[in-house]
This record gives sequence, C-alpha cells and structure tokens, in this order.
Amino acid sequence: MARGLRFLVLILSVASICDAATFNPISDSHRSAALELFTPTDGSLKSLEETFEALRTFEVLGIDKKSEIKGYTCPTVVDTLWSPSSALKDLFQALRVNGVLKCELNDEVFAGIASRLKDNVKDANSLLDLHYLIGSLKLIKGQTAEVDVHLEDADGIFRAIKALSQSDGRWRFSSNNPESSTYAAGIALETLAGVVALASHDIDQSLMDTLKQDILKLFDGIERYDDGSCYFDEKLVDAQGNWGPVSASSSIVRGLTSFATSTPESLNLPGDRILCLAKFFLGIGVPGNFKDLYHQIDALASLENNRISIPLILSLPSSVLSVTRKDQLKVRVNTVLGSAVPPLSVKLMQIFTSGSKDASIIDQELKFDPETKLHVLDALPENVDVGKYTFTFEILLHDPEHKKIYATGGRTKVSVYVTGVVNIDQAEIAILDSDLGNVETKKRLDLTGENTIALSANHLQKLRLTFQLTTPFGRAFKPHQAFLRLRHESGVEHIFLVRSSGKNFEITLDFLGLVEKFFYLSGRYDIQLTVGDSVMENSFLQPLGYLDLDLPDAPEKAARPPPQPVDSSSKYGPRAEITHIFRSPDKRPPTELSFAFLGLVLLPLGGFLIGLLLLRVNLRNFPSSTLPAFFAISFHIGIAAVLSLYVVFWLKLDLFTTLKALGILGISLMFTGHRTLSYLASTSAKLKSA
Amino acid sequence: MARSSTAKDAQALIQSLRSAYAATPTNLKIIDLYIIFAVSTALIQVVYMALVGSFPFNSFLSGVLSCVGTAVLAVCLRIQVNKENKEFKDLPPERAFADFVLCNLVLHLVIMNFLG
Repeated sequence: MARGLRFLVLILSVASICDAATFNPISDSHRSAALELFTPTDGSLKSLEETFEALRTFEVLGIDKKSEIKGYTCPTVVDTLWSPSSALKDLFQALRVNGVLKCELNDEVFAGIASRLKDNVKDANSLLDLHYLIGSLKLIKGQTAEVDVHLEDADGIFRAIKALSQSDGRWRFSSNNPESSTYAAGIALETLAGVVALASHDIDQSLMDTLKQDILKLFDGIERYDDGSCYFDEKLVDAQGNWGPVSASSSIVRGLTSFATSTPESLNLPGDRILCLAKFFLGIGVPGNFKDLYHQIDALASLENNRISIPLILSLPSSVLSVTRKDQLKVRVNTVLGSAVPPLSVKLMQIFTSGSKDASIIDQELKFDPETKLHVLDALPENVDVGKYTFTFEILLHDPEHKKIYATGGRTKVSVYVTGVVNIDQAEIAILDSDLGNVETKKRLDLTGENTIALSANHLQKLRLTFQLTTPFGRAFKPHQAFLRLRHESGVEHIFLVRSSGKNFEITLDFLGLVEKFFYLSGRYDIQLTVGDSVMENSFLQPLGYLDLDLPDAPEKAARPPPQPVDSSSKYGPRAEITHIFRSPDKRPPTELSFAFLGLVLLPLGGFLIGLLLLRVNLRNFPSSTLPAFFAISFHIGIAAVLSLYVVFWLKLDLFTTLKALGILGISLMFTGHRTLSYLASTSAKLKSA
Repeated sequence: MARSSTAKDAQALIQSLRSAYAATPTNLKIIDLYIIFAVSTALIQVVYMALVGSFPFNSFLSGVLSCVGTAVLAVCLRIQVNKENKEFKDLPPERAFADFVLCNLVLHLVIMNFLG
C-alpha cells in the first residue's frame, strides 16, 4: 500500500514520537454512568463524604438531583453541624455538603464551629486534621460573610504543614508515619492554599518560594504514557480507598489548582504538564466505580477553569472517512468538560502513512463552521488513498494573550482510517499443463457477482487464479487477507495465500507437488476466494465454483486425512429408532379346537359319575347323629375348600400365601378328617364284632 | 376252526372275567372306575398335545402328571383297602383313605404350582 503512493517526502524531526490517540471531552456516557453508579437506596445510609462526591459529580455534569438528595441529607447535615461533639472529619464533610445543598442553617452555628476550629488549630499535628480544619474554615467563609475565619498564625500553620514534606515532593500524613504519599501531597497543597486564602497577613515569601520548588520536584516524578498523557502514581495504599493513579493525580490537580487560585503569583509550570494530566483523565474513559468517576470529574472540573493554563482538547467526531461517501474531515476543539473555546483555528500539518516514518507536509487550515462548531477540511489531499493514516493537527489561537491562559499542546496526532471500494477486475481462473504451461481451460470470473465455475484437472496439471486490485484512485492495493480455499467433499480443506506484485495478484497451484498435501483425495473440491481488509468497504468471501480433481491412489504409507469434526447434532442428537425383533410367539391352536378338547376332557368325568350311578353307590355309611355328621360335613367342606384354594392359587395367588392358607385349612382338615374316619372305623369295627 | 375256537375262547375268557369282576366289592369297583377316569383324561391330553404341539410344555406335563399321579394313588388305595390282600390286613381302610386324600392334596398342590 505504501509502495506506489507518491508523497512529498520530508524526514521530519523526531519530536513527535508519541503514538496517535484520540481524547474526547466529557460526554453523555459520563452522565449516564454517574446516574447509574450513584443510586440512593435509603439516602441516609450513604455517608456524607459519598453524598458530597455524588453532589459534586452531578453538579459538574449538569445533572439536577439536588432537591431529591436534599430531603434526606439535610437533617443529617444539620445534626452534625449543631452537635458540639462532632469529629473534625464529619464537620468538614457536612460543611462541604451544605455548600452544595444550602440547608437551613443560621450564622450562629457557623460562628460556634469557627471558634471551635480556631482553638483546635494549634493542637492539630496530622495532615488530615489540618486539612479538615482549614477546609472547614474556608467553607464557612464561603457560606457566610458574617463569621470571622481569619487565621492569626498563618505562618506557623504553613510551616507545620511544610514540615511533613519529603525531598521528592511528596508528603507524609503525619510525623509518626514515615511513608510518603502522592495523595497526601495533593491534600497538603490544598490545605496550604486554604491557609494562604485565610491568612490575615501575607505569608512569608521564602516559604512560598520553597513550596514552588516542592511543586516542581513533585512534577519531576510524573509518569508518562506513550500517547501523550501523564499521571501521578501512588505507592502507598491506605485503608480509605485512596490509592491508584486516578485518585493521586486528581488530588494533585485539586491541590495545584486551588493553590494557583489562592495566590496571584505564577507557578512556572509548563502548560503541557496540565494538558497531559487532562489527557490522562480523559483517556480513562468512563470509570466503572463511583470513587474513580468522582475523582475524574472533579479533577477535570478543576482543570476547566484553572489559573495555570486551561487545556484545549482536539477530537474527531468520526475517525473513519469513506471515499465512497465523500466524507469530509471534521475536527472539534473543546475544553475538557466540552465547553466553548476562544476563537482559534485548526491546521492540518502532516499526514503520516501508518507504519512509515515518511510524511507529507500539508499545512492546510480547516474552515470553521459556526453552526456546528466544527472545523472542516473541504477535501482531502489528492494523495490520500484508502488506508490508515496519522494526521497531525495544530491549534492556533487568534488572540496572542490567550496563549498564556490556554494550553494547546503543540502538535496533536490522530489516527484516521480512510475506507473505500476497491475495484477487482481481470479475474481469471485457468488450468494449465504442467510441462509446457499451455492453457487447457481458461474462464473469466466476475468477482463482484456470483460465479459457478466447473473445472476438472488431474495431478499433472496446474490451477492458476489471477486478478487485479486497484484503489478508487487507481493505485495498487495490498489487502490484509487474500486466500484461496479448496475444500474437499469430505470436509478436508486447504488454504493458500494469494501473492501480489503491484496491482496483480496471482496464485498457481501445482498439483503434482500438492498430491501428498491433499492426502491423495480425489473428487470434487469447492473453490472459495477471500479478499478482505479493514479499509476495504467491499471485502468478500466468495465461492467460485468447483474443481474435479483426479489424483493418483494413495500408497500404503500415505498420511490419512485428518478426521473431520463430527457434526455435534449427529453425535449428540437423537439416534435412529431401534426396532426390536422379538421371538415370534409360538403358534397357539385355534380357540375352537381348545374348547372342543376342553369338553372332551370333561367327558371322562361325566363317564365316572354315570358309572357311579350304575354301581348304585349310596351314602348309607354317612353318619346320621349330629356330631359325627357335623364333622363329616366339615371334612368334605374342608376338602372342597382346599381344592378351591388350589384353583385360586392357579388364578391369582403366589405359593407363599397359598401355603399359609393351606396350613390353616390343613390343620382343620386333619382334625375333622381324623374325627370322621375314626368314627367310621369305630362303627365298622362295631359291626364286625357284632 | 382255529379262528372260531380262538374267538370262542376269547369270548369265554371275557365272560369269565366279567363274572369274576362282578364279585368284587363295590368300593373297589368305585376305585377302578376312578382309575379309568383318570387314565382316560390323561390319554385325551396326550392326544391334544400330539395335535397342537407341546407349547406350554409345563402345563402338559402337570396335566398328565396329575392324572397319572392320582391314578397311582388310587391303585395304592385299592391295594390297601382290598380285604383279600393279606399284607395290609391290619391296616384300617379309613387310614388308607386318609392317606389317599392327603397324598392327593399334596400332589395337586405341586400340580397347581407347575401348571403356570
């Protein structure tokens, strides 16, 4: 892509080593994140500190929730401020919240608190205590004019805070604690700013000078990223959750800007430091937790109107320009919170091709559209074709006085993608003879439409595919992806890269050398061509047709093709229905025959009964007197019962219940039988003897 | 002549058998009739099986066995009850009959279990 493009080449100074990145000012995504992250549950459960952070964030972002929060927060605030035993920290937080919500309080409360605080000032020795004291006094000054909050011994307090500083510019939290923290440095600066603002007399100049030196030392320890942003890192982790670069950098920014506001002297800080800090806060996007969002928004709000230099942010609403749509390059310049800027103009200075140090000098001014507040470039320079570029802009302020107030940051680099439709033409596919290169079959392809080519080849031939790619401006184009894929009907596929020289792309597949790679699989191969790039608007993945390839048979030792992944629905899906084959049941005789034989079997029984009648059987021996008769009858009934039990056993019961019943019946049968038969025996014996 | 003499001899034999048999006591005749009844039932079952095949073989066996078994028990009863049998002179016939009944009941329990 770089080759063939003709730029005006000038090797530039390597001052701008940093990569291009886009920083966008605060947008609606921050607002929605703020609303989402701070959802008051009961209101009173949130501490005053968190409530203040929420209020400050909403205030900066322009979200109005004050009346909602005021309802359940003001009572807590009033209680805290009225109570004589509130801790310093609580007083500070309550005053901060009151500063935003303006709850119903009278000057008496403030007077009482101010006098209490002024008494405690001499005894305080830790940084945080002094911070809360001075901060509270400053807040009282802002909320009522009646109370006197001036500090008598401002120099003494200044020295006390200064005593906690370290040589590298950081501060300790107290004299007992040897560890230094960047966050503490920010708090110290803020407190010192408060001391200067509340002092009744001017602070000693030597103290101010040493402080300025400390600030410069602090900035020596700043960390940088490649994209032009810088931040302060925190080595000390404290339990309050103030750790990490966001809170440390935010604390420093707060302290610095409040210090700059409180003193008319200049701090001699180069403007690009402020700008790179602003870029850091914008570069973190939308933080995921509330504390970080608060720190980010608060720091940016401090930077928006600070006295050192106000950063101006250059951003692009869209960094993708389409040649087809004839998009214009549009640039926007805002402050960090997205507010208006003084009159200025934007110049496009250079265009770098991505991946190359060569650049073309443009030096063209963009036209300002007052309605949309965008700077627009009418037309891109002629040599800007499709591809990825880095544009270098410069902001020029119209009023030279503004240069002291605003920081423009010199040259700003932004990545821009220029996309377009790439023309594909002269596409041909051919089968060639291996030896002489004679063309056997040659077919033209239309890669913008559908193709179904049917080719056939054997292993002695070659397949050749050629096409040309040109950009909308007629130059050669090298896409990220140019693949030819051959897929066998069994699923085995082979991918080949299509190489290019200039505009021409060609691939030749010599089947003689590829026989082993193809695992000796003959058959139908589907041909598919893929050409794609991120700046190509018409990337495609197209089936071209099929090729019937005839390869020799595989020898014994040839590699087998890799097993294709089994279609999971066939492996884990429902299987085919199994039809069980049962043994065919035995042939039963027809029911009529069975019933006929049933009748036939009952015939002998009938014959037996008839025979009994013929024999003139009688029941003369049946006992006539009651008791033996009773036993005789019970005996017969018992036998009948046993036989019917057997029938029931056959029909329904199992052996064990039958045996149980049989046992019972058998005992009774034994008894009655014994009685009956012994009676009969005795009667017959009597007859014999008689 | 031989045929007619054989026929006459057979007839005379049958006649003498019949008259001798008529002298047997009635209770023995009852038992004989019972035996004939049981055996003929068994024979009919065998003929049925020959016709339709032996599919529930256990049923066939239990049927035949029940008939044959009860016939055998009846034979035993007859032997014990017969007054001319000197061996069982001291055995009261009621006792034999009780044995017969008991053994039949046990046999039929087994049969019913095997019938299926």
